[in-house]
Amino acid sequence: MQAYDLPDQFGHFGQFGGTFVAETLIEALNELRDMYAKYKDDPDFLAEFHHDLKHFVGRPSPIYFAERLTKKIGGAKIYLKREDLNHTGAHKVNNTVGQALLAKKMGKPRVIAETGAGQHGVATATIAARLGLECVVYMGLEDVKRQSPNVYRMKLLGAKVVPVESGSKTLKDALNEALRDWVTNVSNTFYIIGTVAGPHPYPMMVRDFNSVVGKECKDQMHELCDRQPDAILACVGGGSNAMGIFYPYIDQEKVRLIGVEAAGHGLETGKHAAPLSSNSAIGVLHGNRTYLMQNDEGQIIETHSVSAGLDYPGVGPEHSWLKDSGRAEYVAVTDDEAMAAFHNLCRVEGIIPALETSHALAYAEKLAKEMSPDQIILVNLSGRGDKDINTVANLSGISL
Amino acid sequence: MSKIKSVFDSLLKSQAKALIPFVTAGDPNPEMTVKILHALVDTGADMIEVGIPFTDPMADGPVIQRASERAIANNVGIKRTIEIVKEFRKKNSHTPIILMGYANPMEAIGIDLFIELIHEADVDGVITVDYPPEESKEFVEKLKSKGIDSIFLLSPTTEDKRIKLIIEQATGFIYYVSLKGVTGSANIDIEQVTERVQNIKKYTKLPIGVGFGVRDANTAKEVALISDAVVIGSRIVQEIENSPPSEMIEKIKALMMDMKKAIEKQEMTG
Repeated sequence: MQAYDLPDQFGHFGQFGGTFVAETLIEALNELRDMYAKYKDDPDFLAEFHHDLKHFVGRPSPIYFAERLTKKIGGAKIYLKREDLNHTGAHKVNNTVGQALLAKKMGKPRVIAETGAGQHGVATATIAARLGLECVVYMGLEDVKRQSPNVYRMKLLGAKVVPVESGSKTLKDALNEALRDWVTNVSNTFYIIGTVAGPHPYPMMVRDFNSVVGKECKDQMHELCDRQPDAILACVGGGSNAMGIFYPYIDQEKVRLIGVEAAGHGLETGKHAAPLSSNSAIGVLHGNRTYLMQNDEGQIIETHSVSAGLDYPGVGPEHSWLKDSGRAEYVAVTDDEAMAAFHNLCRVEGIIPALETSHALAYAEKLAKEMSPDQIILVNLSGRGDKDINTVANLSGISL
Repeated sequence: MSKIKSVFDSLLKSQAKALIPFVTAGDPNPEMTVKILHALVDTGADMIEVGIPFTDPMADGPVIQRASERAIANNVGIKRTIEIVKEFRKKNSHTPIILMGYANPMEAIGIDLFIELIHEADVDGVITVDYPPEESKEFVEKLKSKGIDSIFLLSPTTEDKRIKLIIEQATGFIYYVSLKGVTGSANIDIEQVTERVQNIKKYTKLPIGVGFGVRDANTAKEVALISDAVVIGSRIVQEIENSPPSEMIEKIKALMMDMKKAIEKQEMTG
């Protein structure tokens, strides 16, 4: 098999990806593309990156055998890649460290970010404080209300949080607003995108920085089990935690790669955030071509998921490619299934997972039952659920 | 010859500059849009940009975003936008219409169908904001085969090498974005715009229109002095947003006449 080498020089993953932005952003993207090309294999840059991942983020994150969960479910052994143990509580920090370092190299004193649940905003605010960069985070007004603790965390870290009141007032609108800021302030500003979407080179760059997750897994699985897993599971909103763990495994065809989307109230209800599993049409949004939830005249439709981090109508273009090529599989689980898996992990393993991650856990439970005890499932435990306790309490009718 | 070219040719003979207003289709409602289009022509519009409403207009400022939201609330999408143009064409066959929009609605109904429909509606040009030339070669070819112009944006940050690449594909006119920002942003720096427009003129004989920041008659006058066309978008949409329905047409006409006068005035002195 030919080694996997996507995207091409224009950021295309087959028909997906690309650079679909207004001319006003092209030079900024070209500059970013050139600077990333210059630094991505630069030994000093990588040394700095890995130094911060080790001493600031706390990497490598361990892989943990969920023995009691495995016993309870019955079937394949379930292992967890503990990204929840990172500083700031999720995988998001990996790529923000990389992007912020690049901003610093490019001499940009100001960084901006979009955020949904607030995890990427917190990660960006954190690394901006660490590097002494000015930080502005765009967040949909609805999310500002839903995620007030994270808004306050960002402010504590010195960031300015701008509530976005346009459109559906959620993540996609925050992304639009951040792009508008970037167009206006291109000369001094670096836009730190939080997922493997956006125009080229973002899907590639964010994937590369976050692929430290999958690279560690290869070594750790070898050490722990003397073999690689049979299946790797990760939740997919934009898809950065999934790309981070999938990417180093793409060439290992024996390892099944399974992305788990948010089926919300159920795919049949239309109230979900699962463009891949629901056979959405291909479209163009936020700078790339990908599968996209839209109506028949191309208006983006509002999504629903109990987890704010998965509540996005598109998906990173590389996932669209992996789906069409058959290399990865995509499934979806509902809010209720994710909630059940959330409670399960809390009680059986003493780990409070993020609601996003709970989607991957829910599918792991289904899949494990169909597999034999000598097989291995590795779940990317992408984040911790402390941020979600208000949501969970509300759903349980409890007011904190 | 395209209608856009012939309008520019005849303006050139009288050394006049084009006034190009922008409105979003379906804002405040489809019937009013048709009336507004006629009012724009009555008060001196040489051609008109009609925005296709989109849920995620990432290059637009708040004024045009809200226009899109109002239009979508009226169930106006890409197909009804084309219907609105057809309705306008019943009484006006001479004023060039340029559709301005984002790629997704066009791709959603299918590029071939889109081009067929706009050809039927006698649309003269298309600006697809998020289709840079690298991603739109086939689209431009298809438009060309129907005699429809592809209008591209150039920005203050566009380097000379790229200007050459873009003008190879551009027809009709070049739309110079006068500032770093979104539509309706702060005032423009006329000296910088002058320098940039002169630089673009080195590479192309196509007319150059300037937009994104023309907010008053005085700016329109300054822009007309150094370019071939003045594009006015957010300022007109603001009138739609802020006027009671009974006064809307009159308010728009008054604004247009101000702008037209400013542009004409400089012709006499310049």
